This record gives sequence, structure tokens and C-alpha cells, in this order.
Amino acid sequence: MNSLVVAALLLVLLAVSYQVGLSRSRSVAGNSTLKMHSRPNYHGLMVALWCLVPALTILLIWFLVGDDIVRSYTLSLLPPEVVSGTPDQLRDVVRRVEQISTGYGVVGDAQPYENAAGQSLREFRALTFWAVVAVAAVIGIIGLMFMRSRIAPRLRARNEFEAVVKVLLAICSGIAILTTVGIIASLLREALHFFSFISPVDFFFGTVWAPRFSTSASGDYGQYGLLPLLWGTVMISTIAMLVAIPLGLMSAIYLAEYATRRVRAVAKPMIEILAGIPSVIYGFFALVTLGPALSDLGDMIGVPIRATSALTAGIAMGIMIIPFVSSLSDDIITQVPGAMRDGSLGMGATKSETIKRVVLPAALPGIVGAFLLAISKAFGETMIVVLAAGNAPILRFNPFDATSTVTVSIVNQLTGDTNFASPQSLVAFALGLTLFAMTLCLNVIALYVVRKYREQYE
Amino acid sequence: MTDISASTPPPAASSPNRERIHHSLRRRRAAETRFRIFGVSSVMIAVGFVIFLFSTILYDGLPAFWQPVISVDVTFDPSIIKVDPKPEGASDQSPADFQRKMLDWQRQVTLVNWNRIIENSIRAEAPDTELTARDVQSLVSQNERYRLRDLFVENPDLLGQTVQVDLLASANVDVWLKGDIDRSLDAARQQLSQPARDLADRFFDDGRIHLAFASTLFSNTDSRNAPAEAGLLGAFIGSLYMMIIVIVLAVPIGVSSAIYLEEFAPKNRLTDLIEVNINNLAAVPSIVFGLLGAAVFINYFHLPLSAPLVGGLVLTLMTLPTVIIATRAALRAVSPSLRQAALGLGASRTQTVFHHVLPVTYPGILTATIIGVAQAIGETAPLLLIGMNAFVTTLPTTPLDQATALPVQIFLWEGNENRNYFEPKTAAAIIVLLAVMLALNAIAIILRSRFERRA
Repeated sequence: MNSLVVAALLLVLLAVSYQVGLSRSRSVAGNSTLKMHSRPNYHGLMVALWCLVPALTILLIWFLVGDDIVRSYTLSLLPPEVVSGTPDQLRDVVRRVEQISTGYGVVGDAQPYENAAGQSLREFRALTFWAVVAVAAVIGIIGLMFMRSRIAPRLRARNEFEAVVKVLLAICSGIAILTTVGIIASLLREALHFFSFISPVDFFFGTVWAPRFSTSASGDYGQYGLLPLLWGTVMISTIAMLVAIPLGLMSAIYLAEYATRRVRAVAKPMIEILAGIPSVIYGFFALVTLGPALSDLGDMIGVPIRATSALTAGIAMGIMIIPFVSSLSDDIITQVPGAMRDGSLGMGATKSETIKRVVLPAALPGIVGAFLLAISKAFGETMIVVLAAGNAPILRFNPFDATSTVTVSIVNQLTGDTNFASPQSLVAFALGLTLFAMTLCLNVIALYVVRKYREQYE
Repeated sequence: MTDISASTPPPAASSPNRERIHHSLRRRRAAETRFRIFGVSSVMIAVGFVIFLFSTILYDGLPAFWQPVISVDVTFDPSIIKVDPKPEGASDQSPADFQRKMLDWQRQVTLVNWNRIIENSIRAEAPDTELTARDVQSLVSQNERYRLRDLFVENPDLLGQTVQVDLLASANVDVWLKGDIDRSLDAARQQLSQPARDLADRFFDDGRIHLAFASTLFSNTDSRNAPAEAGLLGAFIGSLYMMIIVIVLAVPIGVSSAIYLEEFAPKNRLTDLIEVNINNLAAVPSIVFGLLGAAVFINYFHLPLSAPLVGGLVLTLMTLPTVIIATRAALRAVSPSLRQAALGLGASRTQTVFHHVLPVTYPGILTATIIGVAQAIGETAPLLLIGMNAFVTTLPTTPLDQATALPVQIFLWEGNENRNYFEPKTAAAIIVLLAVMLALNAIAIILRSRFERRA
């Protein structure tokens, strides 16, 4: 009911102020010999702004401090011996008083002071609420009257309104910067906190990953060597690239250079479906279908392949990345000027020779950029590896065996943990920082290369 | 080269030169064919993956949309249900007192031995078989007793009556009847006892157990003690809240910043920095956004764990770059003549943008929004870091309640120990998630064609 009243108040203020501005502007225009600078709707909008912003500010202040005021008023109603009692009892009493004040009542008989307090709390609530609403309305109307009095033929209402819009737009684009700053600041802060427990040398060059979860007072936190995780990430990404690059690049070449329009219209969106499938589904696929199939294959050829291994995760990730490689490469290949192809074909080269010797070298920087972006995506992929890589953070070089990655360890160390005091959970931020730095480098290089390439042919 | 050799009259057949050219041509043509075959086969492999992926998921998941129910006559036996009459509200009572009385009565009803009632009704269907109480109870899903209780709470007149009720069979019966467990395994490794398996088969043959649409999948939240009744509703609502938050925040903010950067911002170092920054943000791994959410929203602002609000905020930050980049591309694609015409007629820059340029880009913005939202709805990793993998059995009523999300629910079910039962169920959840995404895309296509017709 309260929020309905507030919403109704704001709507009424909005409608009234806009109309006031509109009609004032019209009557000024009618009575004046001067031509109005701005159209009536801009006057209406400015009046609405001057009315709503102050009213909203009042409501916002109440929203922020109102609960504290109500609480301190409640406490002042209670007898001092209750207030100085144990916090649990106090909370219980406050809850009962609040229940009485809402008319819901309490089980059994209430203490007389509770009833009295409930009664006055109820009155206080209603009083303050209506007072706030009234103040907001009055302030809004003062703003409205002020702006209304400013309406004159010379008033540049449109420019004022457009300036406000522009500031709002600029604030919105600042949020992207704020996000980056937030990421870097939070990762750095928590990572530095982590490095106060574990030395960076042990972290970056350690070869054993064995975080200990026991909160022993001995100060032994276990070992946090990054290398096994990094190696797992690199190994799985390499396998993924071995799958994605040939398939993605060849599909892109075929679709861009050979395929008829109809084939392209069907096959391109089909392949891009792969990019839209959430990675947790690839994880399921890898775990349920791909892993057992690979394991059976391994039995057949006499190589022991674990169902959850670097190979399983890598292949599933490769499938996921195919459309990423293919659509980026496709864009880049189609940007190579047709004249270069014509020249080569005119010299008698076959189509494949043209592609291999002319188109691809010309497109190479862009394609390399696409590969780098794909690798960065593989580094950051989480769900597939969580499900299908087997979670064995040990430094070993057999891709048929279980492994673990940076992202898996982030998830394992920090699932729904709010206590950021121990290195066990803080290490997630050090890992995140490493991951962020790696992908940032790849992205910056890739974006730079792709941009340079675009400029070359545009 | 080939043209020349075709137009000139052929020299002597045995010319070594001609022989060499022929040889090289054959080789080059073979290389051409090979290259083409590589291309065709990679396209076919990629398309084949799509088909294979979808068919395995459909094959695994579709059966889970039907689950066995046991139709039995349930007698609300007064000798077992010994409870007071349902309390009536009196005018002189405070609501708190009435609620307390009602709760007392419901507690009394809950304490009735409903398992006994279920057991009796099943025994009555198979009077000739020797069954222990455990056998009987292993057939019926654990929470069905609460359904009987709810029936009774709803309508206390049922006391003494016999009604036909479709009881949901337990997950083990489901696995047994669908053959998801190897039927030839020895008795020690079967989840059901021998008499229970026989009875399930017998009931299935004579139709007292039939497969019914698994409506619990859509009407229940997750459940640990009654896996047969575990559903997706809680996760769906969590995802819905997050989707709404993403749409409400990411679209206006993203479109506004794209407009600012593309139309108003002066071209200087700062805007260059913002541009590079946005392109980078688009490629930052999603799990890093989860770390940001854990550190900032949860640790610093003390927002609750597992809340769709926090999830929605994290996904919004993740989706923003997608929306910004796509909107900028759409704005850039608007022909400059449109802007020049508007400016030439005396419109201000703001008027030009909002009245003339922006409406043309609605289809592009819409597509960007849908792509962004679809990406956000399938995202799992950042949600794990802000605690949305909690086991939640209550429906979230506000975005601040504990909840989980569809992809996280899929992840949780994938990790369930009862693999035989949860593998098809996970696939079914995946089908639901894909259906939601498909529906989003369909809406986008319909809306876009509508906008385009108008434009």
C-alpha cells in the first residue's frame, strides 16, 4: 500500500507538472509578441524534471534512513530495562511490537507496554509516512512553481533539457569504465591480501597445488603452486585449438569462397547455433556422451583414456569454439578485396591456390587475431572443464589423464564463500588476477591486430 | 595458362613439355579437389556436431518428461487419521491466534501416519503378494504423503472416504521401468528389492502404473529426499528475475552509452580509452565477473548470497559490452544522409538522434538485447561464485530471496549421485533451457520483422 501511494504520488506529480509546463508555455506564447525559443513540450519536460528530482531525492533519503529512525523511535517507546536487556530478548520484543503495530497481533497476551508501544508505533509510522509524502509533494510543487515562473519566450528550455540528457548518457557510458576499475581493484586488493599469506614466488612458480582447508592454528595453509593449473589450462586450450582451428578455418574458407548462396544461408546459422549453446550443456555432453565414447575408443586401441580427461574437455571446448573461429575468419576473408582474387585467378591459379597463396596471406593478421581471441576464450572457459576435466591439479603431461585448470580451482576455492580472510578462498582472486592478465594481453594484442587489419582494407 | 594451352593447336603428343604440363595440371586439380573436400567435410563435421548434440540431448531427455504414476484407491481411514476438526476463525480472535490454532491443527495432521495409508492402499491392490513395508514404500515417491495430507487439509470431509489418487512412483521405479538401470544386474546392486521390482512390473503390465506427463518438473522446486518430484520451477523463477534485471538495466544503460559514444562524445583520448575498455570487457572471461560480484556486491555491499538480484547485477555487467558494441554497430550503419537531412532542417543533435536515427536502429538493438540476454541466461560460472548453487527448496518471491538458476540447476543435477535417474532428468532440464532460449530468439525474430516492416 505504501509503495502504491508513493508510485501514485510520483505519477500524479509527473502528469501535473508536465501539463502545468505545457499550458503555461502555451499561455505565455499566446500573450507575448515574441516568438518562443522552445516548443511547449520542452517546457513541460523541464517543469517535470524540476518537480520530480527534488521529490525523488526526499523519498530516497527516507528510504535510506527511514528504518533507522523507526527503530530508534521504537526503542525509545520501550521501558529502559527491556532496552538494556540481552539483544535476543530485545529483538523479540521489537518484533512483537511491530506485529502489534501492523494489526496482526501476537500469540497470547501482550504486555501492556507492548500494546502501548505498538499503538504509538503504528501512529508514528502512519504519521511519518504521510509527513514524508507531504514533504516530497510540497518540495516537488515548489520546484514546479520555480520552473513555471522561469517560463518565458527567451528561456532556452530545449537546450537545458538536452544538456541533462547528455549528462545522463555520459554517466551511462562511465559504467563500463567503472566495471573495469571494479574488476581490477577488487582482484588486486584480494590478491595482495592473499600474497600477505603466501609469497608470490611460491604461488607463481610452485609446482604443487595442495590447499589445505583445515583451519589449523599452526599457520600451515598448504601449497598453492600455480604451475599445475596453468599447465592444465594450456593443455586443454591447445587440444581445443587443435579441434577448432582446422575445422573452423576450413568451414570459413569453404563458406566464404566455395559455397553457393543457398548452402551458405543454411550452414552458417547452423554452425553459429553452436556458439549460442550454454557451456554447461557442452559439459553435460562431454560427461555423458563424449567421455565414455573416448574411453571405449581408448580400450579398443589399447591406450588407457579416462572418461574425464584433458582430452574430453579439450574436444568439447573445441567444438564450442568452432563457430567463434569460423565466423571471425569468415568476416576477415570476405573483407579481402575481390581484385586480389581476380588477379590471382587471372594469372591461371586454381581457386585453392588463390586461397592458399593470396587470400590467406592477405587475411593472416586478422585470422591470427581471431585465433588469439579464441585462445583467450578457451582460457576463460569454466563449466566444461569443471565437469569434464576430472579435477586433478597435478603437474603431468598425459592428455588422456585427468587434470585441472585455473578456472576450475577458482570455482572450487570460492563457491558461496563470504569469509575472505583465509588464503583458501583468497587464492581465487590471485588466480582470477592471473587469468584476467593473461586474457587481457591476448585480447589487447588481438584487438589491435584485427583493428590494424580492418584499416588496411577499408 | 590453361586458356593458352586450350586455344593453341596441340603440339606433338609425345612432347615432354606437354607431358609435364599435363602432369602438373593433374596434380593441381587433385590438390584443388582435396582442398574442396577438406572444406566440405569441415562444414559437414561442424553441422554434424550440431545435429549430434541436439539428437543425443533429445534422446536422453525426452523420456524424462513422462514419469510413472500409480493409480490406487486411497482410503482416508478414520482409525489412522485421528485429528480434531479443522479450526474455524472466530470474530473475537486476533489473526495471530487463529494462525497459531491452524498451525497446531496442521501439525497434528502432518503427524498422522500417511505412509501407513499409502501402504494399505497399495497392499489392497496386490493382496496376494508378500511385501514388507519397505518394499511398498520404495515404490512411491517420498513426498506423496504430503500430497495426501494437503488433500485432507484442503478438504477434511474426505475422512472415511475412498478416492482414486494418482501417486507418483519413486525415482527407483522410474529407472527400473524405463530400463535406465541394467536389469540383469544382480540383486545386491539393484536399488529396489526383488518383490518391489516384480510388483512394479506387474502394475505396469496391468496398467495400474502408467506413464504420465511429469508436471512436477514444472511445478516443483528442487528436492533431495524425493528426487522423483524434483522440479525446475524455483530455478526458472530465479532465472526469470535475473533476466528481468538484465533487461531493465543492461538495455537502457547499454543503449545510452552507445548513443553517447557514437553520437556525442568528442573524439579524444578518454573516449578512445572507453572504447578499448568496452571491447576488452566483452572478452573478459565470465568467471572474472563472478569474482567481481563476490568481492564487490557480496563482500563490500553485503548483499545477500544466492540472491537473483546479485546474479542479475553480475550478468548485467557481463551483458553490457555486448549491447553497447551491437548498438554502436547499428548506429554506425545508419546512413549519414538521414542525419544530414534532419540537421539541415534545423533539428538539434539530440532531436536528430532520438527522433530519426534511433528508431531506425530498433531492430539491431533488439537483436543485440536478445543475444545478450540469451548469453546471460545460459551463464553458469559467475553464478557459482556468488552462491547461487545453494540447495533451495522454497520458491523465491522477491529478487532478494535465495534462489538458483536454470543452468546452475542443470549443473547441480549433473553432479547428483543418483546418475541413473538424474542423467535423463538433466537432459530434460537442458531441453527446457534450450526451449527458453529458442522462445527468446523466436520473439526477437517476430519483433524484428515487425519493426522492419514499419521502418
